[in-house]
Amino acid sequence: MTEVGTQLPAQDFPISRVDLVRYCGASGDFNVIHWNERVAKSVGLPDVIAHGMLTMAIAIRVVTDWAGDPAAVVEYGVRFTRPVIVPDPGEAVLHVEGTVRAVRDDGLAEVDLTATVDGQTVLAKARAIVRPPAG
Amino acid sequence: MPVNPSFAGRSYPPTPPYRVSREKIREFADAISDPNPAYRSVDAAKALGHADVVAPPTFPIVLTLPAGQQFITDPDAGVDYSRVVHGEQRFVHERPVVAGDELQVTLSIDSIRSAAGNELISTRTEVRTTADELVSTAHAIIVVRGGGDD
Repeated sequence: MTEVGTQLPAQDFPISRVDLVRYCGASGDFNVIHWNERVAKSVGLPDVIAHGMLTMAIAIRVVTDWAGDPAAVVEYGVRFTRPVIVPDPGEAVLHVEGTVRAVRDDGLAEVDLTATVDGQTVLAKARAIVRPPAG
Repeated sequence: MPVNPSFAGRSYPPTPPYRVSREKIREFADAISDPNPAYRSVDAAKALGHADVVAPPTFPIVLTLPAGQQFITDPDAGVDYSRVVHGEQRFVHERPVVAGDELQVTLSIDSIRSAAGNELISTRTEVRTTADELVSTAHAIIVVRGGGDD
């Protein structure tokens, strides 16, 4: 039963450089700051950063895995607050939690997501409206 | 150089038709490391009631991001691309994108305003089938950072 306060199973998602390269290709966003450390640093970033849209895409998995059908997500929005820095060697780990903040009269659930890396929030106002799983 | 405020309210013509393939959906799902079978298996998608494999919720960015370039790269718009940051993104889905869809997107510039030394451009990109069925609307806020304050 989905009700206000229902916690969705939290997940940790590792993000490494190869993920950024793959997302460049799949999305068509080849902005140099996502794959070239020299350029990233030259514009004042500490290192290469993940695409905000990649972080957004990964974070919604907490909702789609819970809902079962990815098409259950009817609305999804985020504010990008802090870049996800992806070191090499190594990886960033995106931690995502979700909580049902409201259940509408039409049965749709409003889910608030928190997305953090090393305890720091990277997405704000992250909210999905979703058809909750049956039962 | 400031963003040209006269672009607020402007809409661009629909982009050329884009046919969504199963392979592109799978490639995108691979790129976000999401193993959901509904992105890959027609049988799995049909078991969920869909006509074909479905695309992930943020997949429309594949179409809407290039559409936004029409504005950002327009010299008359006055956007310094080196100062552009993606501020916010929101998708409102009427239905999921499914393989076989033939889609066109229409970019509109809803507003251009200044806040805290930056310029904020709100865009709305409608994703429709070539039969003019609204599938999804993408709302974005593009931030052009002001000079010398970062």
